[in-house]
Amino acid sequence: MADRIRRFLIHAAAFGLAALWLVPLAVVILNALRTSEEIAQTSMIGWPLHWAFGNFAIAWDGFCINQTCAGIRPYMVNSALVTLPATLLSTLLGAIAGYAVSLWRFRGDAWIFGLVTLGMFLPQQMRLLPWTIVLRDLGLTNTLTALVMIHTVQGLSFTTLFCRNYYLSIPPDLMKAARIDGAGFFRVFARIVLPLSPPILIVTVIWQFTHIWNEFLYGVTFTTGTQQPVTAALIALSAAVADIPQYGVQSAAVLIAALPTLLVYLFGGRYFVRGLTAGAVK
Amino acid sequence: MSALIIRDITKQFGATDVLKGVSLEIDSGDFTVLVGPSGCGKSTLLNIIAGLERQSSGHIEIAGRVVDAVAPKDRDIAMVFQSYALYPSMTVRQNITFGMECRGVPRARREEAVARVAKLLQIETLLDRRPGQLSGGQRQRVAMGRALVRDPLLFLFDEPLSNLDAKLRVEMRMEIKQLHQRLRTTMVYVTHDQIEAMTMATRIAVMNLGRVEQFADPETVYDRPASLFVARFMGAPPMNTIPARIEATHGGVQAVIGAGADAVALPLPAAFAAQAGRPVVFGLRPECIAEPHRRFTEDDAPFLLDVPVEMTEPTGAETIVLMRLGGERALGRVAPGHRVAAGERARFAFDLRRVCLFDPDTERLIA
Repeated sequence: MADRIRRFLIHAAAFGLAALWLVPLAVVILNALRTSEEIAQTSMIGWPLHWAFGNFAIAWDGFCINQTCAGIRPYMVNSALVTLPATLLSTLLGAIAGYAVSLWRFRGDAWIFGLVTLGMFLPQQMRLLPWTIVLRDLGLTNTLTALVMIHTVQGLSFTTLFCRNYYLSIPPDLMKAARIDGAGFFRVFARIVLPLSPPILIVTVIWQFTHIWNEFLYGVTFTTGTQQPVTAALIALSAAVADIPQYGVQSAAVLIAALPTLLVYLFGGRYFVRGLTAGAVK
Repeated sequence: MSALIIRDITKQFGATDVLKGVSLEIDSGDFTVLVGPSGCGKSTLLNIIAGLERQSSGHIEIAGRVVDAVAPKDRDIAMVFQSYALYPSMTVRQNITFGMECRGVPRARREEAVARVAKLLQIETLLDRRPGQLSGGQRQRVAMGRALVRDPLLFLFDEPLSNLDAKLRVEMRMEIKQLHQRLRTTMVYVTHDQIEAMTMATRIAVMNLGRVEQFADPETVYDRPASLFVARFMGAPPMNTIPARIEATHGGVQAVIGAGADAVALPLPAAFAAQAGRPVVFGLRPECIAEPHRRFTEDDAPFLLDVPVEMTEPTGAETIVLMRLGGERALGRVAPGHRVAAGERARFAFDLRRVCLFDPDTERLIA
């Protein structure tokens, strides 16, 4: 009996905390379904009196941001054009780099690995100025290419670390056998290491995708106007409102912008958790 | 001709001396077993022969060619690993042909070679499976196939049977030996299992602490171990090694073990007379202590002695007897039907022609 009461209390506490944590999301979802007038007249927090599904359509391609009235659609496209290549490039390069530092011992390998992973611990703000200079010298200021490059390079710290840790679980005898068979660096990677890699590649792809998609600082610093990714454009959207605050449309825009990462997590989350613990237990 | 010459190989890992000057000459067609306890440097030596690790000093010659600066793939060797090291994402066929693929051998020749090896090892039905779908013994065969398909100058085996269960290990041991008798290729085989060494080798190198203690054929290693280490490492149960004094008697020589009332004197062949007067470590294989009616030779009656029995261990094929010999523990091996009771005195026959004497300080064989 005491056991049952205790379990009930634990569950109640867990549900309570979860509900509290979900309040902001609930407010955004509810507001996305209310008209701006209704929100202005009543309160930011409230149940929709009239369901206003039109908010999503306006947010998608009707709303005016930066004097362009095409909604957030072009910025979603921008984000996709930055996120997809940067995710794939940083994952692939990280896999090769992680493979090199984990399975091929060479002079200074520990130092190189240390320097690469150090990148994870540098605050973003510290890197803004160097990147500004690099982009100016390369003539890439205010381009999506610049963001692809930045996210690929910055992502390498994480992808290298993760792939390297995963590849450490590959038995050294396998590498010895490959050396006796006469396979070189890239043949071993392509034929032996890469086929063993899907669990860790899924982890890095999900991680990179969500981080690059959600990234805001570089987007808002290095791009303006029509070159902005959706995270930066959302700010412009909230700042551009002169008359009445368009909370309904803004909430809908936020939800649309968050959708891709949500979907990636929903479809890949299973592999994500599995991949994070892979190698820990053989 | 020597298939493999190892000259003064040393290897340091940081401050640790793993190999302290190892030299061996291995004849073509020999099955050489490097045996020793873990940490003796035998696997490191094998990796150096393969070129997977670089020696700190010394040279390796394979078939008359110094290969110190030659990559593993160009040394004309093949290696079988303890973990089998099969490529998990490839089929058995691809595993076997990967080396040829890397060397650019045409597909038709590869298929031919796979068919030949698969038939030899009876793995034809497994060719399209992946290693994960195979049992331990099957993986072992595939790993051998990958080595055999290369038809190399030198086969290297790194404890290939340690991951198999006891029954399969005995089977594979026989198969590898038969394979060697059929192919007559030079093989170097690393193991910590002295029974594998005794049963398979034509030459045994017993290693300890980075040195070769003895390099000889199995009979010599077993009957005339060069040092106390070899005497105690080879053979199960190991050789009895007991402190003793050699004394001259009227017309003979004897080994005296123990002191006072417990002391026993064992008469030795005249050849040992030269050692009279010195302290030694007296070595005698357990099978040289047997039930009293045993005859070790056709004509001579053996030396008989009554000693206290401490414990018996029947194995079925024989009974191991733990006894006291002049107060020191010794093991004997008696016929299974012969009953001796723990805690009582019993009579045993001693085969003293096969005694080995060791110097107590240098621990080397002296007679």
